[in-house]
Amino acid sequence: MVEIININKSFSGTQVLYDVSAKFEPGKMNLIIGASGQGKSVTAKCIVGLHEVDSGQVLYDGRDFSAMNRKQRTEIRKEIGMLFQGSALFDSLTVIENVMFPLRMFTNKTEEEMRERAAFCLNRVNIIGKDNLLPAECSGGMQKRIGIARAIAMNPKYLFCDEPNSGLDPKTSIVIDNLIRELTYEYKMTTIVITHDMNSVMEVGDHIIFINQGRKAWEGSNKEIIRTENEEVISFVYASSFMKNLREKLINS
Amino acid sequence: MLRSVFTKPEKWKVFRKRFFNEVDYIVINSIPLVAFLSVFMGAVISLQTASNMSSPLLPEYTIGYITRQSTILEFSPTIISLIIAGKVGSNIASEIGTMRVTEQIDALEIMGVNSIGYLMLPKILATMIFFPFVVVVSMTLSLIGGWIAGVQSGLYTTETYVLGIQAFWYEDADGLYYALTKTVVFAFLLTAIPSYYGYYTRGGALEVGRSSTKAVVASSVAILLANYVLTQLILI
Repeated sequence: MVEIININKSFSGTQVLYDVSAKFEPGKMNLIIGASGQGKSVTAKCIVGLHEVDSGQVLYDGRDFSAMNRKQRTEIRKEIGMLFQGSALFDSLTVIENVMFPLRMFTNKTEEEMRERAAFCLNRVNIIGKDNLLPAECSGGMQKRIGIARAIAMNPKYLFCDEPNSGLDPKTSIVIDNLIRELTYEYKMTTIVITHDMNSVMEVGDHIIFINQGRKAWEGSNKEIIRTENEEVISFVYASSFMKNLREKLINS
Repeated sequence: MLRSVFTKPEKWKVFRKRFFNEVDYIVINSIPLVAFLSVFMGAVISLQTASNMSSPLLPEYTIGYITRQSTILEFSPTIISLIIAGKVGSNIASEIGTMRVTEQIDALEIMGVNSIGYLMLPKILATMIFFPFVVVVSMTLSLIGGWIAGVQSGLYTTETYVLGIQAFWYEDADGLYYALTKTVVFAFLLTAIPSYYGYYTRGGALEVGRSSTKAVVASSVAILLANYVLTQLILI
């Protein structure tokens, strides 16, 4: 489980997070949602340590990540997998070498064992026969799936996905969402997904945190978000008249 | 940042592979350009020296002597370093800068890799260790260029040129150590500065381009300043 307790963060005197607290449980799709510039990515970056929190705590199964030194953090990071918005695959490495990278850096497996594990992960995300392609030769959806394969290569306990659907068509987005959900349930990972894609929210949001103006404005599930009376959530999730009508119909039905 | 650069690598096997890749990419790939420049610069140095030596009191072998001293003390270590700073510096800054803006560096950090050490140490060490050999190659080719140009144009004979190259060597041999010491320092500057600019790039493609330009300018200026300081410290 990942827990954040009263985290605050500011950049050059401008506060962007105010006392944000939340618990993210394993085996669930935990979503952090919010409009652009409201602090959801900063929250995620504070959790994984790409930004230092000004105050508050980040706990990984009770271990205080925010109070750890670099060496201690490295140990926790070996248990973290992350899918980046732009996939962040290493340009100069082939598909299979990208997936083998964390294994090469942190395990003592033989070349054959690493290849076997990477092939298994690529198989799991339905990338078959593309081992020797470079990332630039793969489509956006393929790159995301390779990014997921790399993220799960070390059998992580915690999986972070930063806007996994950005730049993808709705159909591919659903494929990626379902893949992340399947892996989360299968490996009982604590998965945290940063998104503002409403399809994802409705489809896979087991636990949703809504961040607005740097504060946690709402918390619940995809079922609860339909019936919420929270004005901030309603104005974000049901921004278009189509979605407003849809919500009314859902509530009435 | 320097402390992170010189931290023990996570995996020596990975480091070794990256190190030799950088030797190939930065050092070996520079040899054709260095060879071309050295031959022609050596030729020009000797021709200009010969054309300015009108005094009958100066022996003819002085041409070879001056060519050797100019090449060893200044041309090969400093000018070649400046040219390589332009070629390699922009490559390094844009490579690391692109990795930064496409979140590849964040990906390394999240995995627990010391990204500064992983990206910079192989480049810096590969250049510091092997760049002096490139400079020695440059010195040799420059002297050969001077010999070809002078003999070809009938300004001096092979014997007088070789005599000039050998002249006072027992007194001037320290110049070679001075030149190679400079080269090691320049090698550090021409890789560490662009790495720094690349690593701290923020934004997108435009900023990567800016970082690359800044890196070349800063490393060239640093090389010239270091050249002055080292000359003052070692030669004077």
